[in-house]
Amino acid sequence: MGNPNVGKSSLFNQLTGLTQKIGNFPGVTVEKKEGSFVFQNHKISVTDLPGTYSLYPKSPDEQVVADFLSYNSTEKPDLILCVLDAANLKRNLLLFTQLSDLGYPMVIALNMQDVAEKAGIAIQVGLLQSRLKCPVIPINARNGEGLNEIKAAVTLMEPEARPSFFIADEFNPSLASELRSRFAVQNEYAALLLAHQYLNSYSLNEKDRQEIAQVLNKYQFQGKSLQAAETIRRYSLIHELLMGVVSVTPPQRPGWSVQLDKVLTHRIFGYLSFLVILLVMFQAIFSWATLPMDLIDSGFTYANSWLKSVLPDNDLTSLLTDGIISGLGGIIIFIPQIALLFAFITILEESGYMARVMFIMDKIMRRFGLNGRSVVPLVSGVACAVPALMSTRVIDNKRDRLITIMVTPLMSCSARLPVFAVLIGLIVPQGRLWGVLSYQGLALMATYVIGILSAIGAAYIFSKFIKQKQKSFFIMELPIYQVPRWKNVLQAMYSRSLVFVTEAGKVILAISILLWALASYGPSEGMKLAETKVSQQVEKGELTAEAADGALQSAKLEASYAGILGKSIEPAIKPLGYDWKIGIALITSFAAREVFVGTISTIYNIGSDSDNTDTVKEKLRKEINPETDRPMYTPAVGASLIVFYIFAMQCMSTIATTFRETKSWKWTAIQFGYMTAMAYFGAFLVFRLLGGI
Amino acid sequence: MATPKTIADLKPGETGIIKGFNNEELSLKLLEMGCLPGMPIIMSHSAPLGCPICISVGGCLLSMRKEEAEDVVLQ
Repeated sequence: MGNPNVGKSSLFNQLTGLTQKIGNFPGVTVEKKEGSFVFQNHKISVTDLPGTYSLYPKSPDEQVVADFLSYNSTEKPDLILCVLDAANLKRNLLLFTQLSDLGYPMVIALNMQDVAEKAGIAIQVGLLQSRLKCPVIPINARNGEGLNEIKAAVTLMEPEARPSFFIADEFNPSLASELRSRFAVQNEYAALLLAHQYLNSYSLNEKDRQEIAQVLNKYQFQGKSLQAAETIRRYSLIHELLMGVVSVTPPQRPGWSVQLDKVLTHRIFGYLSFLVILLVMFQAIFSWATLPMDLIDSGFTYANSWLKSVLPDNDLTSLLTDGIISGLGGIIIFIPQIALLFAFITILEESGYMARVMFIMDKIMRRFGLNGRSVVPLVSGVACAVPALMSTRVIDNKRDRLITIMVTPLMSCSARLPVFAVLIGLIVPQGRLWGVLSYQGLALMATYVIGILSAIGAAYIFSKFIKQKQKSFFIMELPIYQVPRWKNVLQAMYSRSLVFVTEAGKVILAISILLWALASYGPSEGMKLAETKVSQQVEKGELTAEAADGALQSAKLEASYAGILGKSIEPAIKPLGYDWKIGIALITSFAAREVFVGTISTIYNIGSDSDNTDTVKEKLRKEINPETDRPMYTPAVGASLIVFYIFAMQCMSTIATTFRETKSWKWTAIQFGYMTAMAYFGAFLVFRLLGGI
Repeated sequence: MATPKTIADLKPGETGIIKGFNNEELSLKLLEMGCLPGMPIIMSHSAPLGCPICISVGGCLLSMRKEEAEDVVLQ
C-alpha cells in the first residue's frame, strides 16, 4: 500500500514479475493486482491495492480498500508492505500511521531516496526505524536495489508490538469500546473506522448497519469533524517523530521540471504539444501495429487453409477453421494495437505528463459533462475502444466515468478504417482540393471529426440526464517529471493484453462461432437449391470450374440463416438504402467491423481476391439495384453506410468491455441502444438528404 | 482584511498561509494531502483557461479548480 506515484507498481512488478494478473474486487470496478514470489521455500502472495492518501475512502469504490482491511474481510492480509516516498515522508506517513493503528504487522519500503537527495532531503533510516518501531528498508524500485531485503523482511517477519499513533479513545472513549463489544473488531481504531464507514462498507448487512447507527446516535458521533481532528493530530505526531530524522535544505522542484511545466501548460504551446504528441502516438500505433497485425492475419489464414487441406471436408472442420480459429484470429489481431496503446499511455503516466494533460483539458471537458481525466480514454478510443474503456479507471468520479464510457465508442476506432476505405473509394471522386488536399483524404478526416463531435454532443446530452451524486473534486498531485520505468511499460503491455484476451476474448469467440453457424447452415432445401443452381450453371458453361467455388459460397451464404436474417431485416434497412446483401454484412460485422469487407466479398463472389480492395470496389460499382435498374452503390447509399458505421455500436469486444467496466446490464444496453438509434437515424437522414429514394 | 482572502485570490508567484477551509469535505481531502493550517503555499501557475490552478505546498505541486481554491481561506 502507499500513496499514488510512489513507485508502488514498480516494486510490485519487481516482486511478482510475470506471475501477476489483473482482476477485480468482486462486485465493484476497482482493480486488484495479484502476484507472488518465492523466498527460501516460502511462497508469498502479494496484492497490490490502489494508491491512496489515507484510509478514508473518497468514493464508494475506494471503500473496497478499507473493506479489504476490515475485521470481517475474507482476504485480510498477514502483513502490509507500505511504500513511502522519501521526498514526501510527512504526507506519506499519514497512511502508515493509520495502517499501523489497525494492528497489522508492517514493513516499510522507503523508495525514491535518490530523488529526495536531489531535493536536498536526507533521512536517518535507523532513527526512523526505531521511532516507528517498524523495519524500514531503503529500496530503489527502479533498479531493484533492496529487493532481497524486502523479500527477507516480509517472509521472515516477527511481529512486534507497536504503540498507537492516534488514541481513538480520546475523542469518544465509550463509543469505541461499545462498538468493540458488539463487533469483533481487533482494536479501538478499527472500531472508529467502522463508525466512519459503516454506511458505505460492502461487508456489513442491514442489521449491522442499523445497530451501528444506533450506537453512533447514542454517542452523538460527528464523523467529519472527527476525521479532520484525527488527521491534524496525526500530522502533529508525525511532525514530532520526524524531528532529527529528516534534515532538509529547503525543498525545491528541480529547475528543469519547472521550466518544462511552463511550456507544457502554456496557453498555446500546451495544447500544441499535446496535439503533436497525439499525432506521433497514433502514427506510431498505426504503423507499428500494421506489421504484426498482417503477420497474425496471414498466420491464421495460412493455418486455416493448411487445416482445411489436411482435414476431411466436413462440418467439424469448418467449425474448427472458419468458426473457432477465425474467431481466435479476430481476438488476437487486436493485441498489437492494445499493447502499443497501453505502452504509450503508461509512458505518458510514468513520465508525469498525463497529469498535465488532464490539467489543461479539465475546464474544456467539464462543459460537456466530462472530466479532465476523460482525455485518456477518449483519445485512446481513436485507436481502439477496448483499451480506451479499460483506461476509464483513472476517473474517480462515478458519473463522469459513466458518461465517458458511454461516449468513447463514438470515437472512430481503427477497425472502421477498412470499411471507410472501401466506401470512400467508391463514392468520393479522386482529385484534390486546391491541388493539395485529396478529396478522399478529406472525407476520411470528416468521418473522424463527425465521430469526435458526436462523442462530445452525446456527453453533453448525457450530462443533462445523469445527475452528480457526489461532488467531484479535481485535487490532483502533479508529480515530478521523470524518465518512464520501462519495466512498468512492458508489464502494462503484457497484463492489459492478457486481460483483453481472457475476458473480451470469451465473448468474441462465442459470438464468432454463433455467426459462423448462422452463415454456414440454413434450411436444407434452400442449401440444396443453391448447390443445384450452381452446378447447373457450370454444366451450361456459364461458370468456369474455379468461379464455381466462389459462386457456390455466395449462393450458400444467401441460403443460410444469416442470409435469411439479412432478407428479413431488409424492410427495416431499406429506408437507409440497403438491401439484404448489405444486411448480411451488417450482421456479420458484429464479430468485428473489418469483417464487413470480407463478407461483401463473399456475397459478391469475389473469391480469393477479396483482400484487394480495388476488386471489391469494382464489383460494387457494377452492382445494379433490381428495383431502380441503376447502380446500387450510389453516393447516397455509400454515405449512408459510412454514417451508419461511424455511429453503430457493432463491436462485440466493446460491448463485452463496457459490461466489464460498468458491471451493469442496464448501461450496456443503453449504450447499445442509443448508438444503434443514432446509426439508424443518421444513416436514414443522410440517405434522404443525398436524394436517395 | 475586509473579506477573507482565499487561494483563488493569489496571483502566480504569490505566497499565502493556510488559515482554514470553508468546505468540510474539501478540507478532509486537502488535509490528507498535507495542506495543514499554518502551512505556506505558493501559487505556481494556472491552466490556459484560468482553471484549474496549480499550487506548491510542502514541496509538492497540487492542482485544484478555481471553485475549490475559493474555499481555502488564507491568513
